[in-house]
Amino acid sequence: MEFLQPDNLREAFEMRASHPGAAPICGGTDIMVELNFDHRRPEYVLDLTRVPELAEWSRENGGFRVGAGVSYTRIIEELGESLPGLAMASRTVGSPQIRNRGTVGGNLGTASPAGDGLPPLYASDAEVEVASLEGTRRIPVAEFITGPKRNALGDGELITAFHIPEADGPQQYSKIGTRNAMVIAVCAFGLALHPEKGKVGACIGSAAPTPVRTKEAEEFIEGVISESDLWQTRREISGSALRRFGDMVEMSAKPISDVRGTAAYRTRAVGVLARRTLSWAWDEYRGGSR
Amino acid sequence: MKSESAPTRERPIIPASNPGRIGESRPRADGVPKVKGEFEYSSDLWMDGMLWGATLRSPHPHANIWSIDATEAEGMPGVHAVLTHEDVPGRKVYGMEVPDQPVLAWEHVRYEGEPIAIVAADHPETARRALEKIAVDYEVLDPVTDPEEALKEDTPKLHLSGNVLKEVHIKHGDVNATAEVVVSGEYEIGMQDQAFLGPESGMAVPDGRGGVDLYISTQWLHIDRDQIAESLDLPPEDVRLTLSGVGGAFGGREDLSMQLHSCMLALDTGRPVKMMYNREESFYGHVHRHPCKMEYEHGADKEGNLVYVNARLVFDGGAYASSSNAVCLNAGTFACGPYNVPNAKIDSFMLYTNNPPCGAMRGFGAVQVCFAHETQMDKLAKELGMNPLELRIKNAMKPGDKFPFGQTVPEPAPVAEILERVKNMPMPEEEEIMGRDLRRLPGGVSNVTHGEGVKRGVGYAVGYKNIGFSAGFDDYSTASITLSVEDGEPLIRVHTAAAEVGQGGITLQAQISRTELGVEKVAVLPADTRIGSAGSTSASRQSYVTGGAVKMACEAVKEKVFEKVREEFGENGELSMEDGGVSAGDRRIVSLADLLDGDEIEETVVYRHKPTYPLDENGQGDAHFQFAFAAHRAVVEVDEELGLVRVVEIATAQDVGKVMNPQSLEGQIQGGVAQGLGLALLEEIQMKDGKVQNASFTDYLLPTIFDMPPVRMEVLELADPDAPYGLKGVGEPPTISSTPAIVAALRDATGRELNRVPVKPERLAGIEEEPVRRAPQPGSCGPVAERSES
Ligand SMILES: Cc1cc2nc3c(=O)[nH]c(=O)nc-3n(C[C@H](O)[C@H](O)[C@H](O)COP(=O)(O)OP(=O)(O)OC[C@H]3O[C@@H](n4cnc5c(N)ncnc54)[C@H](O)[C@@H]3O)c2cc1C
Repeated sequence: MEFLQPDNLREAFEMRASHPGAAPICGGTDIMVELNFDHRRPEYVLDLTRVPELAEWSRENGGFRVGAGVSYTRIIEELGESLPGLAMASRTVGSPQIRNRGTVGGNLGTASPAGDGLPPLYASDAEVEVASLEGTRRIPVAEFITGPKRNALGDGELITAFHIPEADGPQQYSKIGTRNAMVIAVCAFGLALHPEKGKVGACIGSAAPTPVRTKEAEEFIEGVISESDLWQTRREISGSALRRFGDMVEMSAKPISDVRGTAAYRTRAVGVLARRTLSWAWDEYRGGSR
Repeated sequence: MKSESAPTRERPIIPASNPGRIGESRPRADGVPKVKGEFEYSSDLWMDGMLWGATLRSPHPHANIWSIDATEAEGMPGVHAVLTHEDVPGRKVYGMEVPDQPVLAWEHVRYEGEPIAIVAADHPETARRALEKIAVDYEVLDPVTDPEEALKEDTPKLHLSGNVLKEVHIKHGDVNATAEVVVSGEYEIGMQDQAFLGPESGMAVPDGRGGVDLYISTQWLHIDRDQIAESLDLPPEDVRLTLSGVGGAFGGREDLSMQLHSCMLALDTGRPVKMMYNREESFYGHVHRHPCKMEYEHGADKEGNLVYVNARLVFDGGAYASSSNAVCLNAGTFACGPYNVPNAKIDSFMLYTNNPPCGAMRGFGAVQVCFAHETQMDKLAKELGMNPLELRIKNAMKPGDKFPFGQTVPEPAPVAEILERVKNMPMPEEEEIMGRDLRRLPGGVSNVTHGEGVKRGVGYAVGYKNIGFSAGFDDYSTASITLSVEDGEPLIRVHTAAAEVGQGGITLQAQISRTELGVEKVAVLPADTRIGSAGSTSASRQSYVTGGAVKMACEAVKEKVFEKVREEFGENGELSMEDGGVSAGDRRIVSLADLLDGDEIEETVVYRHKPTYPLDENGQGDAHFQFAFAAHRAVVEVDEELGLVRVVEIATAQDVGKVMNPQSLEGQIQGGVAQGLGLALLEEIQMKDGKVQNASFTDYLLPTIFDMPPVRMEVLELADPDAPYGLKGVGEPPTISSTPAIVAALRDATGRELNRVPVKPERLAGIEEEPVRRAPQPGSCGPVAERSES
């Protein structure tokens, strides 16, 4: 196995093009496990940790461009205020060591349905930026992730960044694991309120082959809120509407049973998370300035 | 990075830098290096010219082997040896109690992961690739995976001796006794793993004369040596073992793993051979805690006095015997718990199946039955309308009572007292549930609840277990003490074969020696087979048995010193050793430096505790020599809707006879509770059709620091008159009753019947197997039927 170490993005694209099948490595927290377990034996490993462009984030109109190599720790510390949903999700990832190394770029690369970085991107309609010597593409995250552990990355391409709007309302992320830290999600739920647009974004994690948006539930609750003019009045959402939202989220889940949990549990649990996160986000909206 | 180091049997003597006597807290010499990553584990061993060994394992839990073809693997560059059962020079099977386990399989494999062939190559990757080139022709057979199934007449027999490995039947008092109040239940415990952090590893070095030196992580050097010598067809003196750095054990290192394989490869190639399992292989490379199904019936009178206990225990022993016989016996003897039970009928069965072999793990048979008998006691209390603690205290066994196996309960047996203690310990402070820091809620920073659905519960349990080896086993330890003067200062060298597996045995040996001989400088030599056996570092026995041997050897040395003083100084009064010299009362007679004048005094002794006896056909006999008791109170908070748990606090009271080292004791209690918590909530090797589903720490979940609550402890020091310093073994009791205490607290919080551990969130939240689908109601926010929150 050979180790390729580009110093800049251009070199990275060249090496990626000249070594088809080279496996990019960023934090290494997924790929090193695969190598150790002998699940993968790539001929080349392409180390992206020395590519400065990937480790940067910047503001762009109404949002952020976050380099694929920005660690979870940095997202929490540097972007926690502006991207609270993603920061909450980042806090649930692994342990301090994993958060120091692991990246959202790697999470997108792995495309696991249990990836904690993904539901917040779905809930905020983020886009993935991929690029190669040929040029740059921006793909909505829900189109980028094409299946369990599958994504739309082309042969010569690298994930360079994701583009995500700044939070325009309260956001939440909630994840179930059997133990209270360092655990892969049994199921998870991400939520973003957009009061200005009158929209609610929501996404289930780890309860279907990919993260899934919960369109019907979103439309239902948007209807509830606008019908009673709740965006303006900031009055309570009724308990029955919250529960109904949870029930509709359950309907969107298509989980399997495995060593981490049964399908029945995952289904029921995402409903509970949906109801609770919506109530927290709404409470924050009612009491808050956003 | 730490430097990898060549093994040596001749290490420089580094006197422990932490003087301290018994009763004092002394940090362990290995503590700081372990935290800094500088400790030398057996996986760090290195020698120039060494080869790497690897093991081919069966992918099938049950199969016939028609042929093994290693030709292609043997021809690979870099491969130095490929060995199969045909290459085992001596006995082709091994085992501590029953030699039924093939060194390398022939004709049959009986569990997934069973070793079939071994390879030595100049690179670990080459060795792994060579394994892939070994062609094994299997005829896959249906596995027998349910012990109840294995028990049936018409089930295929996995061994010539049949599927019943062991049965123990205990008949105590009137086995047909009846009672006014009766409760019954069925309980089940999953397969827990010892999950020691340093996987199996070691290095075998051929001596060029047909013998071999093995540097190894193990719990018992001599039983390894004897089994290795037998299968290598060598005299025991040609197989020399030296303990290397051990990364935890908990029972999982009592059986052989790579020991014999590395020796075979080393002798075959004439080169040092290192073997090192990775985490996944480790799950297949050692035995686990026995899963068990238990049917119980308790009878009591209306006042709550126990009248009888009937129990039927069915253990899954897996494919080979390991220490299953002893587990079966232990479980039978402790099945009723530490209560005065006038009548009992206990049937304990150990079955062979095609599941992984099960064997020793902290608690050894007492853990399984404790979960059942304590759940039964709670049920009985409920039936009687009594407080569960009062019911326990009322029935607590006392010295002079009879155990169900006929032995008289010896002094001290403070069961009621430890229960009173946990009852009276202050409760953790109530804290407003809403608005807490997430880390103090079920789910932690995963942010699943801000207090919604969270209920608190409290549960109690008490358990007990034997210390040391029982039922007629010749259980002894050997120690050598050498007193000399180096650079003008007296020095004690302690030599035993006791395995330090992380329990602090080395520190304890030094503390005992200092205490006995009044000498500050103590060097504990590496444990090896140049001295006689110390027995196993298991059954909470080393402080007692090797501690006893070290004390006895010190006394023998002291007697020699006193003789010399009496001869040379004509002293006839009472003498003592203090501050590196000999005194009579306050009067210093001579320093050891002057007394020894360049000589050494060496004494080697063998120490035995009092004898034990096998059970008779009714399960009666003086089987055990010491008993240790602990009680636990658990306070938990459960998210009722999601079935997630935060254990708020564990309170425990334990009788230890004598606190030898407070810090070590605290460590044992904390660690034991963590392992008990793991069993209650998380830890299970999940099996499907004889195959392990979660052989990794991604899915075999151990408690983290966030899952582990503070432990409030009270320690009793009621001396055992037969034991050195009055001490009792302390390693296992914290694991035994912590599990049922936590589950009792979960029941208290949720009102659910929880008859199986680990308790999964599904069970705790009462979520059925089938997904519940509710059709959405029409309308945007129209009336929605209320549904219950659970
Ligand atoms: C102990 C442990 C705990 C964990 N806990 C969690 C958890 O709680 N939640 C969670 O979601 N994940 C968890 N993970 C998984 C992992 O940490 C995350 O998926 C992380 O986001 C991966 O990022 P990385 O930079 O380390 O990826 P890497 O391992 O470097 O790469 C992952 C994959 O993405 C590809 N890749 C990486 N960067 C690029 C790029 N720029 N362009 C194209 N392809 C790329 C790689 O080729 C590889 O296939 C855990 C892992 C470990 C070891």
